[in-house]
Amino acid sequence: MEIKYSQTSESICAELSGELDECSAEYVRITLDNLLKNLPSTKTKLILDFSKVSFMDSTGIGVLLGRYNKFSKFDIGMYIKNPTSYVNRIFEMTGIYQIIPKV
Amino acid sequence: MENDNYFKLEFEAKNVNESFARGVVALFCTELEPSLSEINDIKTAVSEAVTNSVVHGYNNKGGKIVLEVKIINRTIDIVVTDFGVGISDIEMALQPFYTTKSDEEHSGMGFTLMDSFMNKLEVKKNTPSGLIVHMQKVIKE
Repeated sequence: MEIKYSQTSESICAELSGELDECSAEYVRITLDNLLKNLPSTKTKLILDFSKVSFMDSTGIGVLLGRYNKFSKFDIGMYIKNPTSYVNRIFEMTGIYQIIPKV
Repeated sequence: MENDNYFKLEFEAKNVNESFARGVVALFCTELEPSLSEINDIKTAVSEAVTNSVVHGYNNKGGKIVLEVKIINRTIDIVVTDFGVGISDIEMALQPFYTTKSDEEHSGMGFTLMDSFMNKLEVKKNTPSGLIVHMQKVIKE
């Protein structure tokens, strides 16, 4: 798993590449939590680009829910972008888009 | 019923072995020429079952997991067995979003995904301890 960033004036986009499972979950948790700690106050959105996530299981849902709980305390909106059809199916099945919308 | 093909694998309950287990099963299934979607369904279900054994069965402290896969006609039959703490109330554990580890950010959706992605899911207690997850998926012609 690898995470790369790009940004606009008000948002940060984190592009996740690789497999999101129990093995990589800790890295994603720590990396995104560090991002939150160092986030400039001008940023109000975190966009998670899933286009390069080749595999995800329910561990990924737990990681996203955990990040949502942390980022929402600082009024930072979270969004999911470009999931593959397979990952999108898991997002839809688990209802995650109700709290982390797709853009 | 006679098996068309079969393997049995024993491995350590470590999170690095989750991708190993789902990869092995995916490779084994290729003789039935499953679609990408069917392969992903099987990989997710295997990953969920193995993760459950690693995280819940053995509480990340390691142990033995046995993976048995059969091909019977067009059906992939998968059994994941551990010898860990097991689940006291299996019916409750099968409910969506039920988790005993919410403080560790587990979603409680593992069995729901296994049930959705496979044609059959059976979860039962192992004797004297642990869990047996039995799943089947029919690969379309």
